[in-house]
Amino acid sequence: MTDGGWLANGPLFDLPLADIWFGLVFFIFAMFLFLDGFDFGVGLLFATREDSHEREQLLAAIGPFWDGNEVWLVVFGGALFAAFPAVYGNLFSRHYLLMFAILGALIIRGLAPEMYEQRHDENWQRWWGRAFIVGSVTAPFFLGMFTANWLVGATTIITLPSLVVGLTVVALTVVDGVAFLRLKTRGELRADLQTDGHRALGAYLVLVVLTLAYIAVAVPDLRSALVSPLVVALIVLTLILAGVYAVATSRDRYYVAFVAAAGLVFSLVSIVAGLMYPTIDPAVGLTVDAAIVSTVPLNLMSIGAGLLLPLIFIYFGVLYSAFSGPIDVEESY
Amino acid sequence: MLEPVAASRLQFAVTTIVHIIFPVMSMGLAPFLIYFTWKDIRTGKPIYEQLRRFWTKIFAISFVVGTVTGIVLEFEFGTNFAVFSTAAGDLFGGPLALEGMMAFMLEATFLGIFVFGRQRVGNVLYMISAVAVGIGTWLSAVWILVANSWMQTPRGYELVSENGQQVVMLVDPLAAYLNPRFIWMYVHMQNAAVESVALVLAGLGAYFVFRHHIWGYPIENVEFWETTLKFGLIALIITAPLQVLHGDLYARHVFETQPQKFAAMEAIWETESYVPEYIIAFPTSMEDLLDPRAKDIFGIGIPGGASWLASGGDPQATIRGLEEFEGPQPPVALVFWSFRAMVGLGFWFILLAVWGGYRWVRGQLLEDDLLHLALMASTPLGIFAVHLGWVVTEVGRQPWIIQDIMKTSAGVSSDLTGTEATVTLAGFTVVYLALLVLYLYVVARIVRSGPPAPADLTVTERPETPTDEVGADD
Repeated sequence: MTDGGWLANGPLFDLPLADIWFGLVFFIFAMFLFLDGFDFGVGLLFATREDSHEREQLLAAIGPFWDGNEVWLVVFGGALFAAFPAVYGNLFSRHYLLMFAILGALIIRGLAPEMYEQRHDENWQRWWGRAFIVGSVTAPFFLGMFTANWLVGATTIITLPSLVVGLTVVALTVVDGVAFLRLKTRGELRADLQTDGHRALGAYLVLVVLTLAYIAVAVPDLRSALVSPLVVALIVLTLILAGVYAVATSRDRYYVAFVAAAGLVFSLVSIVAGLMYPTIDPAVGLTVDAAIVSTVPLNLMSIGAGLLLPLIFIYFGVLYSAFSGPIDVEESY
Repeated sequence: MLEPVAASRLQFAVTTIVHIIFPVMSMGLAPFLIYFTWKDIRTGKPIYEQLRRFWTKIFAISFVVGTVTGIVLEFEFGTNFAVFSTAAGDLFGGPLALEGMMAFMLEATFLGIFVFGRQRVGNVLYMISAVAVGIGTWLSAVWILVANSWMQTPRGYELVSENGQQVVMLVDPLAAYLNPRFIWMYVHMQNAAVESVALVLAGLGAYFVFRHHIWGYPIENVEFWETTLKFGLIALIITAPLQVLHGDLYARHVFETQPQKFAAMEAIWETESYVPEYIIAFPTSMEDLLDPRAKDIFGIGIPGGASWLASGGDPQATIRGLEEFEGPQPPVALVFWSFRAMVGLGFWFILLAVWGGYRWVRGQLLEDDLLHLALMASTPLGIFAVHLGWVVTEVGRQPWIIQDIMKTSAGVSSDLTGTEATVTLAGFTVVYLALLVLYLYVVARIVRSGPPAPADLTVTERPETPTDEVGADD
């Protein structure tokens, strides 16, 4: 046998690589939900603005960012494939139609702002505006459904938890979108968004409570995980961050509110991960240790991710600092 | 309702065929944009700023449509080919993850700066962004082709049994990923991308030059389109001969490593030597239509040509026929004709390059109306040739999803129903065709409105500090 040399000698530095990759996959998913989440939120808030100049401002705010943000989803798919190939295959084929619904929504969401800018007649912009709203609302809704079905191991698409979690994620993206837009816009628009932020936060908290109550009542498999110290701590953290977000939004502390929104997203994804662990595909009871890829590719990917993730943060740092502060409609090329 | 296997294959074919157009555009445009940006910054000449801004618009729309169509492809391995994904995850997942982390991230973040950030960043960071976007697009192709070449000529693996299923285990990463096939695919694909974009540039340039110089219409920015034509032609002169050259070496590698595919490319059923290279071949009866070299044929062939190509110079060389391989066979006619059409186009592009180069040297580039017409007609043909090449590559390797290891029919998700697969196939065929039409519509609009006029550039380009009419910042 030709061999992979030292790569085949067991996990790198004897690290618990299966668990690390479980965390990493959810971390990447949270990065996607946080970053593209505010793009989705902007899409829903787009529906609340009638004025065409304000609408242009919303699109200009996400223009330089959304593409990079969405790549986190690609990386999520790739990381899941590379680290847990059996989960990647089973999970996505089991939720076949839902996956294509997500992909379809993402196509509309990605295409619409680009199309909106291409022509300036009213009809054209009305329809692409609608498409942008529909894509931006359905994408997080379907993603929430997918996450709920993944967590509770459902095999049908439309279940009570999937609908509630779908709405939860939509509300969260609006919380996120408000925080982002308050950094990127000015004047009246920025002031108006305060109310939207508070409302979305209220809706989000109600929906989170509903979700957790459903799990406590109807999903016995997850009941013990629900009262584990980690999950309880994350729920408390969510409440604290919600308070911080509400206060910071009222006092126009834009960065604080944005960081709190990020924290809310990471808390929610961590709750999901905390409830799921140590399984990674609850529907078939597949555990992290059983699903992890074999040693040689695992070590290779760990080295790759270890080198590349810091670089990716540098890229995002460069991008976000180049476009720090409010963005004007006229900026391009 | 179609069977899950047929529907999944068709769906993957439709989504890939549409998707590949956009990466070809962005990979091919990348070197041009890096050059235009460099010249724009260094010389400050309006023409380079026009070129940069105009082609950046096309690049941006290509990238967006490429992103939304490409994400679907990544997830299709999981949704439609779950058995393959599980069995080959060891080798196949890594390259896809690395494509996202190493290439796509680089491209997508710096594209934000490249497209929207000219007024916000300095020259150095702007130039870095152009290069980063270019490197990102070209690195994407590296990882996609690493994954694909492994399916064509798998190495560095071991077959093991896991939960009663045969899976491949990665044992030698260098052998698996630095596959000789990868080199041929990468060189051939990237050169094809630049050649395709060269044809787009030359074709669009020729259209406006023709309208202006031949038909006498007044055209704004004539100099812009003349320069575009010239850049396209220069790139075509460089890439067209290379494409045929390494295409030949690539085909020889296919003969050595995938003899079944090579036999399908030449439609050879029985093992023979001194095999002619048929340029065209038709069966005399309609029943044999799907077999381009059925026994009674009409055909024009170069004696010993196929043997000569396969062996690299020996017209007597033996070629193994399809009958030596256990069935089922790839659809021979599709592979045979796609290969011929691709090679034919390759030679046509060389002819265009020589013709255009000759006229240019003679100082008649702007006057040859026939050349302009030929270039216009060839605008989409580079991309079409890429499609044909991928049909040869992917259809030609059937019935294998991993050559000699796993059949395509065995790789499809086991829990997928025919109804689900047919529904998404129908839906995504419509969506992808609509995307293609929209893309062409938008590109046509960008082309029609032309580049920013030179006079406007200094006014719109670097405004004073952004105006803030509404109120103070926090």
